[in-house]
Amino acid sequence: MAQPENLLYSKEHEWVKIEGDMATIGITDYAQNSLGDIVYVELPRVGKAIDQFGNIGVVESVKAVSDLFTPVGGEVLEINAALEADPAAVNRDPYGAGWLFKVKLKDSAEKSNLLSATDYEKIAHD
Amino acid sequence: MSTSTGLRRTALYDEHGKHGARLVPFAGFEMPVQYTSILKEHDAVRHRAGLFDLSHMAQFVLDGPNVAPWAETLTINAVETMKPMQARYNIFCNAQGGAHDDTIFYRLNERWLLVVNGANAEKMWAHLNANIAEGVRLENLHGRNALIAIQGPKSLAMLQPHVDVDLSNLKYYFCAEGNVYGRPAVIARTGYTGEDGFELFVFGEHAPEIWSTLLRDNAGAGLEPCGLGARDVLRLEAGMPLYGHELTEEITPVQAGLQWALKTSKPEFIGRNALVEQMHRDDYSRVAGLIMKGRAPAREGYAVYYDGKPVGEIRSGSMAPSVGGQNIATALLAKEAATEGTVVEVDIRGTRHEATIVPLPFYKRAK
Repeated sequence: MAQPENLLYSKEHEWVKIEGDMATIGITDYAQNSLGDIVYVELPRVGKAIDQFGNIGVVESVKAVSDLFTPVGGEVLEINAALEADPAAVNRDPYGAGWLFKVKLKDSAEKSNLLSATDYEKIAHD
Repeated sequence: MSTSTGLRRTALYDEHGKHGARLVPFAGFEMPVQYTSILKEHDAVRHRAGLFDLSHMAQFVLDGPNVAPWAETLTINAVETMKPMQARYNIFCNAQGGAHDDTIFYRLNERWLLVVNGANAEKMWAHLNANIAEGVRLENLHGRNALIAIQGPKSLAMLQPHVDVDLSNLKYYFCAEGNVYGRPAVIARTGYTGEDGFELFVFGEHAPEIWSTLLRDNAGAGLEPCGLGARDVLRLEAGMPLYGHELTEEITPVQAGLQWALKTSKPEFIGRNALVEQMHRDDYSRVAGLIMKGRAPAREGYAVYYDGKPVGEIRSGSMAPSVGGQNIATALLAKEAATEGTVVEVDIRGTRHEATIVPLPFYKRAK
């Protein structure tokens, strides 16, 4: 699957869609494929302040627990509650129904620490 | 075969590549953890059938007039009472009763086959040789012979047309010497998934052809290559111990709940005194089954609490598709916390999550 061009990416395989001061975050197709069947997602509480690249949760596959890092800092506005009953949505639709959480951005300059789709493509092929 | 990584490859390595396997180091071999998805492969075994490469497990041939009496002194289960072509689960213990390895003996017509865990192959080879007796010869086929398992409710129908043995008359934990696609094989009705199935001991050079032909001939019936990831979930649901988890050099068969395999009527074997004493004291920590109340999976090493006090730790854990998608686990627990129905707490990343002690196995197939 090609990386959507309208998103930014972290080296830890998260994507972020920025609209104004709102950011929606998920993990990339490469990440979900590497993890395998996802059975549990642990996300930060709504209202929590989080820092860019901070370890803010976990994504668990049948075999393993993986740390989840946030590509941007700010305040958690919403989490994808549907994932509690259906964590496999992250496998099926990582850029759509499998989104993880939304953040009110603290500092839009943090964008410059992220990768474009083209640059992310280079690290998502090993 | 080995590579620059120092890892060995089974005879089926090229086949795994053709099926897009994700390979991981396991017991010194590059082994497929999954081909498509652990959950899809699990589903194939529970409802159709799956094909596994288990060639990382070590096959030792035991030969000579004294194999049975010799093996009695090294193992906890009975050996001499085995009939020709019978298979039997057995455990080698250390003097303290801890498990060196759990194994299966296959009594063939002229010789014996002993299958040991891949990770314990060198240790077990050394152990057998250090305790060798007159009238016993050992041959190590590890990495030369292959082991292919076909497991699942349709495995008999899928395998029967291609073998010269009547599989419907082959009882559970018995085996036959015959041919698969005209290639010599020991065909055993054994497995590690909780389903009906067969294990095929074949020469390494014949393994790729048998593997690919079985998959080709049964693709329409839903036979799928399955990796070690699915196998681990299947065995945990079926309540079967995995060496290194429910059994170790420190965790005895008595603690693992395997008393059914312990024949204290045998006068002498390594570990006997320690195991008998432990059983009579009955104060030991023991392996119990848990079902998590919430959605967070319990994982190996997580601490377990009862009445606010630490009472043990998780040894294996997984989401269990055949147990209603609940998170199941085994834990080594203090006696007072290990009773059926007890509610304990599992520490997951600093938060306590409730779990209930349940009897093993978690899953039993419909007869």
